[in-house]
Amino acid sequence: MLATLFKFEGGVKPDSHKDESSQAPIAAAPVPARLVVPLRQSAGNAPLPLVQPGQKVLKGEPIGAADGSFSAAVHAPTSGTVLALEPRTLPHPSGLSAACVVIAPDGEERWIERAPLDWRSASPEALRDRLRDMGIVGLGGATFPSHIKLKPGAAGRIETLVINGAECEPWITCDDRLMRERAEGIVRGIDILRHIVSAGRVLVGVEDNKPQAVAALRAAIAQSHGIEVVPVPTRYPAGGEKQLIRVLTGIEIPYGRFGSEYGVQCFNVGTAYSVHRAIEIGEPLVSRIVTVSGNVARPGNFETLIGTPIDALLALVAPKADTDRYIMGGPMMGFTLARTDLPVTKAANCILAASPALFPRPGTEMPCIRCGACTRACPAELQPHELYWFARSKNFGKAQEYHIFDCIECGCCAYVCPSNIRLVDYYRFAKTSMRALEREKAAADAARQRFEFRNLRSEREAKEKAERLAAKTAAARQAIAGGEKPAAAAMPAAPEQAQALPQLDEAKKALIAAAITRAQAQKEGVQPKNIDNLAPEKQAEIREIEARRAQVRELAKTPPEEPV
Amino acid sequence: MLKVLAALIPGIAVYVWFFGAAILVQIALASAAALAGEAAMLKLRGKPVALFLSDGSALVTAWLIALTFPPIAPWWLTVTATLFAIVVAKHLYGGLGQNPFNPAMVAFAVSIVAFPALMSQWPAVGFTDFTAQMAVVFKSQSAQDAVTMATPLDALRTSLHVPEARATVAGVLGSHATFGNIGGKGWEWIALAYLAGGLWLLQQRIITWHVPVAFLAVLALIAGGFSLANPERYAGPVFHVVTGGAMLGAFFIATDPVSGATTPRGKLIFAAGAALLTWIIRSFGAYPDGMAFAVLLMNLCVPLIDMGTQPPVFGHKGGMKGGGRQ
Amino acid sequence: MLTALLVMAGIAVMLGALLGYASIRFKVKGDPLVVKIDAILPQTQCGQCGFPGCKPYAQAIAKGEAEINQCPPGGEEGIRKLADLLGKEFKPLSAEHGVEKPKQVAFIDEAACIGCTLCTQACPVDAIVGAAKQMHTIVAPLCTGCELCVSPCPVDCISMVPVPETVETWKWRYPVVRMKAVEHA
Ligand code: SF4
Ligand code: SF4
Ligand code: SF4
Ligand code: SF4
Repeated sequence: MLATLFKFEGGVKPDSHKDESSQAPIAAAPVPARLVVPLRQSAGNAPLPLVQPGQKVLKGEPIGAADGSFSAAVHAPTSGTVLALEPRTLPHPSGLSAACVVIAPDGEERWIERAPLDWRSASPEALRDRLRDMGIVGLGGATFPSHIKLKPGAAGRIETLVINGAECEPWITCDDRLMRERAEGIVRGIDILRHIVSAGRVLVGVEDNKPQAVAALRAAIAQSHGIEVVPVPTRYPAGGEKQLIRVLTGIEIPYGRFGSEYGVQCFNVGTAYSVHRAIEIGEPLVSRIVTVSGNVARPGNFETLIGTPIDALLALVAPKADTDRYIMGGPMMGFTLARTDLPVTKAANCILAASPALFPRPGTEMPCIRCGACTRACPAELQPHELYWFARSKNFGKAQEYHIFDCIECGCCAYVCPSNIRLVDYYRFAKTSMRALEREKAAADAARQRFEFRNLRSEREAKEKAERLAAKTAAARQAIAGGEKPAAAAMPAAPEQAQALPQLDEAKKALIAAAITRAQAQKEGVQPKNIDNLAPEKQAEIREIEARRAQVRELAKTPPEEPV
Repeated sequence: MLKVLAALIPGIAVYVWFFGAAILVQIALASAAALAGEAAMLKLRGKPVALFLSDGSALVTAWLIALTFPPIAPWWLTVTATLFAIVVAKHLYGGLGQNPFNPAMVAFAVSIVAFPALMSQWPAVGFTDFTAQMAVVFKSQSAQDAVTMATPLDALRTSLHVPEARATVAGVLGSHATFGNIGGKGWEWIALAYLAGGLWLLQQRIITWHVPVAFLAVLALIAGGFSLANPERYAGPVFHVVTGGAMLGAFFIATDPVSGATTPRGKLIFAAGAALLTWIIRSFGAYPDGMAFAVLLMNLCVPLIDMGTQPPVFGHKGGMKGGGRQ
Repeated sequence: MLTALLVMAGIAVMLGALLGYASIRFKVKGDPLVVKIDAILPQTQCGQCGFPGCKPYAQAIAKGEAEINQCPPGGEEGIRKLADLLGKEFKPLSAEHGVEKPKQVAFIDEAACIGCTLCTQACPVDAIVGAAKQMHTIVAPLCTGCELCVSPCPVDCISMVPVPETVETWKWRYPVVRMKAVEHA
């Protein structure tokens, strides 16, 4: 019952370098002195913090609650005391920081109460919520919250479940070791996933350079029916989610769509394993297996608590002297770490020590000669050189027309480019710029609408007020004519005076003055306005601008012209 | 690019065998001019000279110029044409990777328009005496009829385009004992050597099959069709394929990645168009070999071709639900 | 010769027809000019251009009554886009209208606010909420950073704070190609 395999276009075959780290069994990394757990560790919304500095936490206690459905919870990786809730630098190419929970472990590793769930009788909704609250996200590196991927799509039912054990990037072996050592847990996790979506068949794709992993999985599934382990040809990026789905099922999922819309969904083997831990044992995702390899003396795989500093992992493998930088992720898709005191996150599948000999920096970038090597290597069947051209000239519209968002940033094109062009950097630049532009545009459109709405409203209000006043005046005149006293003394002399926006009458001015004196007393301690402490020229400039603004406010009181 | 140069060597060897060592001098002249021009332009444009020179693209241009020009063209013509190719056709258009036209073909086209006589001065077969050749090349001593002859394509054009002459293809080709019976004596062998070099490039994955196959197939098809219809007026497919610049063009000129189309379908269209134009110019045009003009005209269409032949992208192949191709 | 000419002419006509068809086929349907200009303006509605909002400025540009370099929030990029759209020369931002600044949002010190509602009246995009005599606050995602609310506040409790870059809004920088530096490579 061997499934027919399909082929994806392109791809490359870099040296795999798997043997370095795949020999030693998974070892547990020691609990470090400090854990820095970023709150946001998945795609989607950042979780809401649940802890205060000084608070004691148990291992597995939630420290961040999922914010809405597109989010996943975060848990204390060990027991200890929360020292701080503050921004810390993240292991992210931007080098920016975000809210992190800093925990001082007490060394006792005391778990909170772990409650297994009888998944066979639980509803899919309950299981999905459970996965969200257990912080289960894709461990292949994308950290997409798993519960979202388990929602049935437009196709009604997820017929085929693809489990990704391909692990195609060179050097990385954490999934390989996991499959060899914990195949049973993976298969139990698969059973749960399969139950949630009631999938008909399960295909586990493993690159054919991992025969032991295939054997271990096959042994573990002996009892389960309908799970098939399929060795797939070793070719990067066979482990890309879309590529693997294509290879195993022939279905191609375009950018921006969920596999579930096509009746197929894909999970990493590590994710399957953590699903098993979360449901059958009640353990949230507080650790992951990290390959630490490259230019080191003792490469290996380590079960690492989330939040462990990368330094602490490196200490276990003894980087060699000529190491000049560290890479997080694989050599194809990873990025160079600016520092090594950053925490391991759920996305961190691999830390590589790089030396100029092992990871030579690409040569000098030359102009593109349109040789087409990149086109032949691109697994997304794009035209990388065209995208490069458009991204480079910031012609984003064209780049989008040529499907830049379908680029999976696999790096195959840059790998083969004879001109050494860092193609992917250009695509990332273009993609992030386009997203920023889109955000700006959405904000500008919203502002335009609100501005126009406000103009309309103030126009209408002014008109209504004028009408009211006119009516009142008319009534008063009539009353005078009828020999009666006017109702109110403080009657505006002419209706035009009320045409403008709300005028401040004397009474109101007095009120404000009183409020100001009251506030002034409080205000002594209030921080200075942002324009104090400036050079005199600057202040003069500011005054000028303010004057112009005042003038504009006057202008704004006249209703704007009709649009041309 | 160095592999492209290597692939040209068999062709050059056969060339020397039939037409003497003058071609080597021409190659040397063109190479020197190209490197000098390239270096000067790189310097002017503030680019790292050594780095860019080492990519070999200037040499490829130089060799193609030498190989498409008559081997006894005066030295100054080769040098000026090469400089023109490098300075104007390549660097003024933005340098490596940016030039919309194939520089070697620009040089050829400009030269044949400016110096039609010098550009049709081909050595007669058997005129392999090096000293005599050099005398023509360097002393700009005009070559006597004894040492030059028209190429078969030239002969065909001059005879067939004069209706009163009532010449036929067989007649023209047969009238010169030296033309050989396939594509002109010597030329067919050189073409075969180019073919061998080109196949090696294919095997090395430097070029893809699209351009050579489409070019040669379309050229053969049209030539075949017309010569079937009127064998007196139109030369046959084999003749067209092995004569003039066809084989060199199919594997070495039209495959230039920079100025050619890049999508697979685009390459097919590009090469087919070049072949069609080559045949038209050869059969009706005022110039003996249409390869250069054909390639330049198609270069002009490249943006349009590339735009219109975007291959479908992963997941966007339409048709079946799921965008898949099962 | 004649045939050759005919063939050439034929090709020329064919290409011409193709280009003509392409220009019809790929023609973009246009919005009115004012809408196009307004789409380029940043919609900060700050009035620094000398008009009460972006739309009036757009109208003035369309009528030729205003220069294209009067919008500080749009900055150089905005001027470039306007120059492109209108086929005019690029010119630097006119200093008299202000300087380009990173995006900011207003922040109300809620402890000091006396609830006078003057800022709500000044805000061009209704980004301030609060009722009379109640504390007011800025809805930061709606705030365009126009600064119009800062000066009306009688107790000076509104300040402008820069919008920090986060991991989600961060952009990859443009890859820098240093060709000259590594000549020996
Ligand atoms: S591989 Fe590099 S040089 Fe070749 S076409 Fe692609 S980007 Fe250009
Ligand atoms: S990085 Fe993008 S463009 Fe390059 S090969 Fe991968 S998918 Fe294609
Ligand atoms: S200066 Fe302010 S109001 Fe004027 S166009 Fe620019 S953002 Fe709009
Ligand atoms: S103007 Fe100042 S005091 Fe008045 S409501 Fe606004 S923030 Fe409060």
